[in-house]
Amino acid sequence: MSQTDLEIVVDDPTAPEDDSPAVVSSGSVEIVVCLLLLALAVTLGYDNWRTGASWDATGPEPGYFPFYLSIILGGGSLYGLIVALLARRAASGTFVTRAQARRVMAVFVPTLLFCLVTQFLGLYVASFLLIAGFMRLVGKIALWKSLLTALVFTAIMFVTFDIAFDVIMPKGPLEAAFGH
Amino acid sequence: MEALGLLLHGFAVLLTWKTLVLMMVGLVLGIFVGVLPGLGGPNGVAILLPLTFTMDPTSAIVMLSCIYWGALFGGAITSILFNIPGEAWSVATTFDGYPMAQQGRAAEALTAAFTSSFIGSLVAVLLITFLAPMISSFALKFGPPEFFAVYLLTFCSFVGLGREAKHKTVISMSLGLLLAGVGMDTVSGNLRMTFGSAELLRGINFLVAVIGLFGISEILLTMEERLALRGHAASISLRVVLGVWKDLPKYWVTLLRSSFIGCWLGITPGGAIAASFMGYNLAKRFSKDSESFGKGRIEGVFAPETAAHASGTSALLPMLALGIPGSGTAAILLGGLMVWGLNPGPLLFVEHKDFVWGLIASMYLGNVVGLVLVLTTVPIFASILRVPFAAVAPMIVVSCAIGAYAIQNAMFDIWLMLGFGVVGYVFKKIGIPLAPFTLALVLGNRAEDAFRLSMIGSGGKLGVFWSNGLVGSITTLAIVLLFWPVIDSVLGRVGLTQRTRTTSP
Repeated sequence: MSQTDLEIVVDDPTAPEDDSPAVVSSGSVEIVVCLLLLALAVTLGYDNWRTGASWDATGPEPGYFPFYLSIILGGGSLYGLIVALLARRAASGTFVTRAQARRVMAVFVPTLLFCLVTQFLGLYVASFLLIAGFMRLVGKIALWKSLLTALVFTAIMFVTFDIAFDVIMPKGPLEAAFGH
Repeated sequence: MEALGLLLHGFAVLLTWKTLVLMMVGLVLGIFVGVLPGLGGPNGVAILLPLTFTMDPTSAIVMLSCIYWGALFGGAITSILFNIPGEAWSVATTFDGYPMAQQGRAAEALTAAFTSSFIGSLVAVLLITFLAPMISSFALKFGPPEFFAVYLLTFCSFVGLGREAKHKTVISMSLGLLLAGVGMDTVSGNLRMTFGSAELLRGINFLVAVIGLFGISEILLTMEERLALRGHAASISLRVVLGVWKDLPKYWVTLLRSSFIGCWLGITPGGAIAASFMGYNLAKRFSKDSESFGKGRIEGVFAPETAAHASGTSALLPMLALGIPGSGTAAILLGGLMVWGLNPGPLLFVEHKDFVWGLIASMYLGNVVGLVLVLTTVPIFASILRVPFAAVAPMIVVSCAIGAYAIQNAMFDIWLMLGFGVVGYVFKKIGIPLAPFTLALVLGNRAEDAFRLSMIGSGGKLGVFWSNGLVGSITTLAIVLLFWPVIDSVLGRVGLTQRTRTTSP
């Protein structure tokens, strides 16, 4: 019963190398995250204490519940910080290698730009630019394929959401020119 | 047999062309989402949720739950053909599924996976049909203290029974509960934790956070990996299907055991992953020929798939009956309920009969249709993986942004989504679990309301949580579960309990 003569093979020429040096270790990131969470816990805890974290005639004040939660969060992150600091001496794993970081940035930066463009030019223009640009520049896919895919996908989204389902997206000058 | 009559009514609600078409669309989208790298059940449901905003609740939930069933089916395809588990609970399926594919028995393995998924779901749906109405009518007597105790039980069982480092679960959960409180306080109307920002006034929307945490962060994580893949293409012929089905009765013990484990673990939070491993390990332990596991044994596909799906489906039981989701995806469906203007909880069975029974009926129908659909269309879906990730990734980003914006028509939410994407990426890499965060964010406000109402009722005495047998035993159980690791090790040292650990091979 051999129905598996056909194989599906997909290559990834720009895959991150396995021997790429580490940028930062998991231990250090854990320390930073715990510090940030601790700062967040203190800020929120203070704000809730200011709002009122005790009891009044009607029962617990608005800040009561979140105030104690910020104490739990603070305690948890403080504990995490100590654990991470102690474990630092032992070998800790790699958080991200340089090659991986480059690839992650290759998605993150375009996504960030996409959000910015959405704010000013509307979602559909931004989406066209993101898909076409990403496919061409990161994926090294032929220009006409990239443009066509981006156009078709954006058009489908526009028809599905703005026209068929009445879910209105942010728009910019281009859509305004067409009267939307 | 009141349930049967209501179920038939549910089918009547369902059997319209519009609903059936939505069901098919949902299933296809779901399988698509399950097969694509970097997407899975919760992400798919979260991203596609906005599509349903303008539908009536019944159509919406039918479509969404079908996306979920589809994603569950789709996960098995990549596990078996490519040795890439689409979801954590598909990992155990690769142990025997991929060797089978290598031996040229891919069609057999896929049929086994789909069939056992179907059986697992079916058992769980039967359980939901008969148990959920009973639990919900029992829960109608619950007051705020009982509800708070149940929420507490949910949170504590995450901490006590989860596999991650305890303090990380605590961090994730308290952060979720805190962020749920941002904005207008529902009891007093005061503002809190907004720091004067008008954007934060609305609060942090649960769905926006989920889209960022699961959608965007998953894209970032996927890009880190080597995306090259090599796998087998398979088409399933009727002969193979009938061959596998003919042998099914031989494995009834495995199927039944896995369904039972799945249902049990599915009701407790975060169970699908544990269920699939436990199903696999127990099948291996009880087998006369346990050496042959991992080398392409069909039972090794049956066991984890049945358990994973039974658990994935039964996770909806507490959501329907009590308004407490048993998994991340159930939490997102719960978020959907609120968007459509339904109030989750035991009253759902009384006030929205059409909705509840339509959903339950759609679980039966969706699984049958899904089974037929995956069996016939596997080759098409397997070839989706040929589409380069560089084309898929930006489309997913755009879909995420549309989803995040559509919820409240706020540009701020797109930025929030991006922020949560980064948070999700970092949290996943340093082992802070996201499921407790999701659950806490969706339950936060209701847990707090329940707590405050019970405190107001009792005049501020914590004794209200032990004021009667029911609430007292739930609260005590919650505290026992919270300290379970400590209790377990003490008992183990005294020699009272035998250490039965399920080890993943």
